[in-house]
Amino acid sequence: MTKISMTVDEVSYSDEIEPRTLLVHYLREQLGKVGTVVGCDTSNCGACTVELDGQSVKSCTVLAVQADGGTVTTIEGLAVAGALDPMQQAFHDNHALQCGYCTPGMIMAARDLLQNNPHPSEHEIREGIEGNLCRCTGYQNIVRAVQQAAGMTSGASS
Amino acid sequence: MTAVSDRPAAEIGKARRRKEDQHLITGRTTWTDNMTLPGMVHLAILRSPMAHATITSIDATPARQRPGVVAAFTGKDFADIQGDLPCAWPVTPDMVNPGAPSLAVTQVNHVGEAVAVVAARTKAEAVDALEAIDVEYEPLPPVLDMEAAVADGAPLVHPNTTSNRSYTWTFESGAAGTGQPIDGALAGAEVTVTRRFIQQRLIPSFMEPRSVVVQPVGDGILMHSSTQVPHILRTMLGLTLGIPEHKVRVSAPDVGGGFGGKIPVTPEEVITTLVARKLGKPAKFTESRSESIMSAHHGRDQIQDITITAKRDGTVTGLDVHLFADMGAYLRLVGPGVPILGAFMYNAIYKIPAYRFVCEGIFTTKTPTDAYRGAGRPEATFAIERIMDELAAELGMDPMELRRKNWITHEEFPFTTVCGLTYDSGNYEAATDRALELIGWDELRREQAERRERHDPVQLGLGISTFTEMCGLAPSRVLGSLDYGAGGWENASIRMLATGKVEVVTGTSAHGQGHETAFSQIVADKLGVPFEDVEIIHGDTQSSPKGLDTYGSRSLAVGGIAIVQAADKVIEKARRVAAHLLEASEDDLEFEAGAFSVKGSPGSSVSMGDIAFATFSAHNLPDGMEPSLDADATYDPVNFSFPHGTHLCAVDVDTETGRVTIRKYVCVDDVGNPINPLIVEGQVHGGLAQGIAQALFEEAVYDDAGNLTTGTFVDYTPPSAADLPSFTTDRTVTPSTDNPLGVKGVGEAGTIASTPAVVNAVVDALRPFGVTDVQMPCTPERVWRALQGTEKSDRAASGTNAYGGAATTEGGAE
Amino acid sequence: MIPAAFDYVRPSSVAEAVSALGAAGEDGKVLAGGQSLIPVLRLRMAYPSVLVDVGRIPELQGVRDDGDAIVIGAMTTHHAVMHDELVRQHAPLIAQATATVADPQVRHRGTFGGALSHADPAGDLGAVALALGAEFVASGPGGERRIAAADFFVDYLTTALSPDEILTAIRVPKLGAGWSSHYEKFNRVAQAWSIVGVAALVRRDGGTIAEARIGLTNMGPTPLRAFAVEQALAGAEASAESIAAAAAHTAEGTSAPSDLSGNADYREHLARVLTARAVRTAAGA
Repeated sequence: MTKISMTVDEVSYSDEIEPRTLLVHYLREQLGKVGTVVGCDTSNCGACTVELDGQSVKSCTVLAVQADGGTVTTIEGLAVAGALDPMQQAFHDNHALQCGYCTPGMIMAARDLLQNNPHPSEHEIREGIEGNLCRCTGYQNIVRAVQQAAGMTSGASS
Repeated sequence: MTAVSDRPAAEIGKARRRKEDQHLITGRTTWTDNMTLPGMVHLAILRSPMAHATITSIDATPARQRPGVVAAFTGKDFADIQGDLPCAWPVTPDMVNPGAPSLAVTQVNHVGEAVAVVAARTKAEAVDALEAIDVEYEPLPPVLDMEAAVADGAPLVHPNTTSNRSYTWTFESGAAGTGQPIDGALAGAEVTVTRRFIQQRLIPSFMEPRSVVVQPVGDGILMHSSTQVPHILRTMLGLTLGIPEHKVRVSAPDVGGGFGGKIPVTPEEVITTLVARKLGKPAKFTESRSESIMSAHHGRDQIQDITITAKRDGTVTGLDVHLFADMGAYLRLVGPGVPILGAFMYNAIYKIPAYRFVCEGIFTTKTPTDAYRGAGRPEATFAIERIMDELAAELGMDPMELRRKNWITHEEFPFTTVCGLTYDSGNYEAATDRALELIGWDELRREQAERRERHDPVQLGLGISTFTEMCGLAPSRVLGSLDYGAGGWENASIRMLATGKVEVVTGTSAHGQGHETAFSQIVADKLGVPFEDVEIIHGDTQSSPKGLDTYGSRSLAVGGIAIVQAADKVIEKARRVAAHLLEASEDDLEFEAGAFSVKGSPGSSVSMGDIAFATFSAHNLPDGMEPSLDADATYDPVNFSFPHGTHLCAVDVDTETGRVTIRKYVCVDDVGNPINPLIVEGQVHGGLAQGIAQALFEEAVYDDAGNLTTGTFVDYTPPSAADLPSFTTDRTVTPSTDNPLGVKGVGEAGTIASTPAVVNAVVDALRPFGVTDVQMPCTPERVWRALQGTEKSDRAASGTNAYGGAATTEGGAE
Repeated sequence: MIPAAFDYVRPSSVAEAVSALGAAGEDGKVLAGGQSLIPVLRLRMAYPSVLVDVGRIPELQGVRDDGDAIVIGAMTTHHAVMHDELVRQHAPLIAQATATVADPQVRHRGTFGGALSHADPAGDLGAVALALGAEFVASGPGGERRIAAADFFVDYLTTALSPDEILTAIRVPKLGAGWSSHYEKFNRVAQAWSIVGVAALVRRDGGTIAEARIGLTNMGPTPLRAFAVEQALAGAEASAESIAAAAAHTAEGTSAPSDLSGNADYREHLARVLTARAVRTAAGA
């Protein structure tokens, strides 16, 4: 067992864990942060994406011990006092989710994209979220949502 | 029935943002795997590494000694209690069903089949302990190629059968009396075109891996499962395990996609139930993605031999279809019926006088197949739309001209097809004209000619798919005639609460479709209450006791109508209370925007909310009236619905590398009246992505030992945003005449229509090079090989391919 | 899936790392960014007893100028590499190829040295390092040594590093004036590994190509140089025709695999096409 500490969604935690514990399993099983989900074994789907020390990472491909001392933001930490993050709002406005399973990771990846490139082209948006698979939407409304969040369009619908 | 269009439609037709979204975008979700119950054990399943083998010995005892392990079981432990996984669709009276254990007992028949289960305090401990289980296998020959599987002397998948053929299902229009005999059409044909198409094996790839939690409750169980079909699961699980149905409660919490992939009763659901009952403790099993890919059912996998006959002028005279349909190792819930759902769709939108369809269901030592988005209808649509292009090429006709010549014109509806189905409504001309205009067809054709002329290494191809589908599964009588094991009705009930709020219980079970929003819109309009005042309850057999769940684009076209009918009953009850309160005759009342008023005296009115409270308090109700406005309805559709549309695709094909890039994709779908255009568009987008993925990206590949070599998302490659274009979508609206909402269903349209549009475009680009087909997925390598005129098209490195001898011809003409 | 249990150490210096690796013995494994290793552990395709996490050793981080070369710390993430000013100025081929590696999240964790040490022939950076003539700096119990790129890649997933050595840095010679470069990647879907990739470096002298260096991704068990093409290009006219003629030699000396992503003959064909394109783009021809 190894002792780790980290701040997750602005709460400090300290735990003894097995070194093999994946960050996503630590979040889900020990911290109850079940908003972040697991979709694959091979870091392809991106459903588990969280922000670690300011950058998007796939939390199923990071050991919890590697995040020791770090600061993690999950989907659950975005809406502050009931106000949605602009990316969350944009996903809602543009019907950028159907089943919603990929959504936490997609939103975290999209936020990171805009952090690195505040005014991406459609092509850059598509490449920027290439690490996240969605099986429901065909991505078109996700692209629209990212465009809205980037301030490039208003809501696509009434 | 009341036509909704008669009243102000404030909600229906409005692009409402979804009420489902809030908890999904904030991570406040209830996926089954999120659930942890006190005392719960975690399960891990040991799976067969062999495609086909006898289990000569298996010992789970060492696993029981591992840390944290509570129990470990093998098939022998469950042999007497696990029953057989149900197949509800014996498509022929003599269909062979060899049985399907949840845990293999004596033999394994596909890689990934469950052979043992460990229950431990944590998932990690359970997975660790799997490594202590000793299994010895005596290999049997793998059975991989469907045609070889039914040849004389082929090794049998199942020792208790005499053939690897499960069934042969036949339809012939002459014999059925729905059209002319096929033999005449074949014999007298002026032009005959024959092709073999391969529907590759696909993996549904819902994003949420399947998960199940079983909680023993008294002498029954409460199962939480990531399923599309809680009601069917309840009934079937009870029958399979001998648990009385009323002792089984199934709940489907948030479910992360299904696409047909969460329809069958799964081995894992049975295993988890058995472990939970043995231990008397809650048990959870969640699959990993790699387990999901190899053991959750696959889709498609058919060899289609199709012959079309026509006159020289392009009039189609007959269609003859033979399928080999791979069932995989076992028959799953509706697996045998999937290709049969396509049987009625090969004739598509065309007036074809003679038709034969023969389907042989074959066992192989691969993962079982079952429904995947479209289920039978994408295969049919692909085959007919591909061969229409081939026929056009043979005749030297424009492919759209050939379609126009043969399709049912809008004046001809209702139209009874060669299969005996009656299409209620449609307007193929309007959808096609709009699509051609949106894509700029003539301009693209000119560009294509110009690029051909100058031998541009990147060639332009244009593809057409004019399609229809049968949705709204399904009229119970029709299902009965097809030997399906259940009906096709749907149930709804509406509860008027004291404060005027409304609870709507539906038997459909959403997993991303947006039922809560769309159904709320319908009820808001019907009852004249605010959208926000309607709550949709679904997905738990306790709170939603009656239903047949969600698949086959049925939720709106069947479930939605049940809601309309229940609402009509509520209104009639409310009318009686309103008349009493207003001291008027019921006949003198009109109901408008949620209030009853006396015709001609506008001042006197009573709202639905007033009536709800008056009914709740029950102080002053009509004599003899029970104090309730609640009503339920069970709707059995009179017919399928037949959405249609025209999809056009323009691709750039790099003839040097073989890379296909979609340049423009336009579709004009007619799904009847849209309840929520935003949701309709989203369904089309997602469907397109899956259909395009079949055309270009996805394929489950087995090697010659029967190993699934596409075992993770590294090798099985669903497209990302960077692999797909933006789509141009539009609609025409030809309301269904068979239901009061005029709706048709949209869940599968994009998937059904898009695959042939893309492949037709690829072949169109390559036709000047003598290419007449490219096997799906049209990978760069396959396209390149087609251009080389070489036949090798397999993707397996070991020298075999997934379909044995069944490769389509590539390169040269027939 | 969950990895099998292992012990974990996190040294804070290269010396500590080397000694931890030595102590771990045969079943020890270096953990860099983990973007290839962790999926392998999750699928239980490897069972290391100890992971030596070198991800937080300060001396392995960052890019520095060292006169005629830039030195990229082995644990510099892909994201940092592709945005680094020194890299962009002196080895733009690395920045361009790195941007095609996997996806943004993986590039945030995955490291330049980790990817090269993993030595997957489908990885994009090996061919780039070869073409650039990079040197690999390794530390072991016997001290530090430099390994030429040509000697670093030994076989499939196998490098010249001994089990108790770690890669600490990659020295990349600065490209002199007149050099230009391009990385041409070909894969089935955006996040897939390369079916084939071609790294081209070209020095033009007026209308001719004075010198060229070509690295090939996934045309054998290791990244390869396409020497025959380089030879044919030297002194050739910078035209599409002569470049195509030179690129016709691309498959010589390769041993392309046949797998799900492509059969060998297709890879050979692709390599020729992509080499011509990469050289044309690099040469502006």
